[in-house]
This record gives sequence, C-alpha cells and structure tokens, in this order.
Amino acid sequence: MSLVESPRSVRSAVYSQVIPAGETWIHLIRRGQYFRIVDLKGNQAVDTFFYNAHDYADRYSAQDTIREQGNIYLTAGTRILSRFGTHLLTIVADTCGRHDTLGGACANESNMVRYAIDKRHMHACRSSFLKAVLNWNFEGGLTKRDIGSNINFFMNVPVTPEGKLTFEDGISEPGKYVEMRAETDVLALISNCPQLNNPCNAYNPTPIEALIWEGDVQ
Amino acid sequence: MLDSPVLWEEILQPGATWSHVLKRGTSLRMIDIEGGANVGAMFYNFECTAERYNNPDTLKAQHIARLTEGFVLYSDMGRVLCSITADTVGWHDPLGGMSNHALVKAKYGAVSYQEALNDCHKNTRDAMLIELGKWGLGPRDFTDNINFFSKVEVDATGAMSFAPGNSKAGSSVELRAEMNVLTILNTCQHPLDPNPKYQPKPVKLELRRVLPPAADDPCRLSRPENGRGFTLTERYFL
Repeated sequence: MSLVESPRSVRSAVYSQVIPAGETWIHLIRRGQYFRIVDLKGNQAVDTFFYNAHDYADRYSAQDTIREQGNIYLTAGTRILSRFGTHLLTIVADTCGRHDTLGGACANESNMVRYAIDKRHMHACRSSFLKAVLNWNFEGGLTKRDIGSNINFFMNVPVTPEGKLTFEDGISEPGKYVEMRAETDVLALISNCPQLNNPCNAYNPTPIEALIWEGDVQ
Repeated sequence: MLDSPVLWEEILQPGATWSHVLKRGTSLRMIDIEGGANVGAMFYNFECTAERYNNPDTLKAQHIARLTEGFVLYSDMGRVLCSITADTVGWHDPLGGMSNHALVKAKYGAVSYQEALNDCHKNTRDAMLIELGKWGLGPRDFTDNINFFSKVEVDATGAMSFAPGNSKAGSSVELRAEMNVLTILNTCQHPLDPNPKYQPKPVKLELRRVLPPAADDPCRLSRPENGRGFTLTERYFL
C-alpha cells in the first residue's frame, strides 16, 4: 500500500465544506477540477457516488471499476469508471491507502436484516442519498433507480481467498484524505455515514470536509 | 426430496439472452451443459422494479464474496429475491461484472452480424440493455450482476484473478424464487475469462414448482441475517 500526498494546499482551494455525520452533499465538479475528501476525525465512512453530469444514466460502476484495474481496493491511480465506460475521475492522492467499493451503503432495510428488525428507525445512508437525488433539480428527476453501488472512502472491507467478506477496523486517521481529478464533468453525491451498529465509523460518526481546487483544464 | 416435474425446459444458446418473471414458489435450475459456461444475471421485483438485486447488501449480510448453496440474493429493500437451494459448482462470482462492446472487440475482434450472422460477437451489457428495454426498463435500471458458474478469487493485496475450470460439464445451480422476480440472463463469456477465443457456452434451463421455504429451510437458517430476510419477505406478502 503506497501513500501519495497532494501538492495542493488547503489555502488555495476554491471551495470547502464541512459535512457533519448523517448529512448529505451533492455538488457538480467540473472536468479538470480536483476534489478532496478529508477524514477530519478518523475512521469515518464516506459513502460516495458519481454521475456523468452530461448523462445521469451513465453513473459510477463498482464492478467495472474494480475489474478494469484488477483489484477490489481503490487508491491512488484508480480510474473511477462508469457503467458505460466513461472515465469519471482519477484518484491522484491518497494518504489512507485503501478504500472499499463492495460494502455499499447502509439502509433502513439492510439494517433490519443485518442487526435487528427493530432497527428500521435508525438513520441510514440510502435515505440520505434518496433525499439528495429527489431534491436535485434535473429535468425528468432522479429517483431511487439512479442510485447504484457506491464507494466507501476510508472504509476497510477485505476479501479472503476463500471468498469471505470481512469488516476490519479502519486504517484511516484524523486528517487522512483522498483526492481525485475529474476527467469529465461529474455530479458527486455523498452521504456522510450515520451508522451506529457496526465498526465502519468506530461507532462514532464524525464530520468530514469536501474541498475543490481549480485544475489545469478550464 | 424428489424433484417435482420439469414444467419448462429450454436451451439458452451461447451468447444469448433470456428473461422471465420467476414466480414465487417456482425454481430455476441452470445446467452447464459443456462445462465452462457463464451466466450473467440481474434480478428485479416485478411488481415494483425500483426494488432490485443489491450486490453489496447480499455480500455484507452474509459476509461473502462468492455465492453458493445456502446463500440468498437480497433486494435493496431487505427482502430475499431468490435463494440458492442447490449447487454442484461451489462458487459463483458477484464481483467481475459484465462484458461490453469495447472489451469484446479488444479481446476477440469485432465480428459483425453481416459477416457472421448469428455467430457475430455479442457482449453482455448491450444484450442486457435490450432485454431491460423489453420490460419498459432502460439504462438507469442496470444493477450489478452475478456471473453464475464463474469464479474470481481475491488475494491479500486485493488483486482479482479468474479461476479457469470452475464449472464442469453437467454442473448445476438452482434458484428458488421467493418473490415474483424479473430475471434476466445472458450467456456471454465472463469479462475476465482468459480464453483468447470467442467461445460462449450453452446452458440448459429447467423450471419447476417447489414448496415454500419451511421453518427449517437451510437458506433461512444459514445465518441469523437470512432468518430476518425471510421474515421481511414473508411480511411483504401479507
């Protein structure tokens, strides 16, 4: 696992926004811009999804992304791909070293399956995703069918050679970040995970920060 | 238990696509006739297609990165679409995704219908999109797919590798529909299949009526999560 730092300083960012746990964030990122997510307090799961901003049906595909790089973990060098083969973003810096895209996002219903049927009431990422896409002003509207399998930045979900999926303690720490360059105009969707039932947030959901820099392509 | 009679038997040709609403209380058995088949599959609740197969929920509820007998396929609504009630293969791949036009062209060359008629080179993504269209669905309705009969291993560094020879001739896997499940299948090769030749394989399909899952059903009992998944599925039909 090799860590790659970014040459960009926080002072030169053109946008920054702290996103508390349990909140959603949806934002257009233009081609050439750099987009950083900072794990402010450490071990926070940041559920993230991307759309080609020119065609929302052309959205992030976890299976295509991991197959084309031949590895299930996302890190510096990963080309984030869409269902229809569009190169959406490239991870250009990563001080955490490994990010998950198999574990998906928590939902009221999956919490009922995973933990207990009386967990239905607990706040979950897919409710945040739904709120954001239903409110996104787009002709025709975005709905639940537009939400696919997402990335979990800062989350550690190893697979064993026997085909088991395990949830390990996070390898992130306060201040670790991942930074991407947008290769086309993308719509970024984040749910800063509110999960209280599993160690993905160390049982303590915390804020993150999103930053954007202008790039070389205008 | 003796098998109930086969009500519908069909050969799904190499590189072909098939779709059907598997009714609750029926089973679909897929048989790898020659060995080395691959069946890409997507699943939807036919009554509300916004509810659909969710790969992460399926993997994390059962702590798996492979599918076999005793595991179930979850929808995004916490319900069981299908259970895997029998399997002689042991490993079906939920990671590799589906082939597409560019991938097939790069691996096997472009062979058009004009040149080769029904032996032209097909790919799973284009075929799935057409089949989605037949049910009034479209590009926004793609889900992750399962690749039945194929195996993709992951090592300690996260590297993925296709394991050849996973499915022998005559191997079979059986899905029991727990809801009315729009099922779309395609027999193009796995996108990581190292075979340099375009050589998709046929699969035999058999549909039967089956008993509902009993209190001691192995899929229901395989994990406490699945017990809750079956409860939520049974409540849907109340």
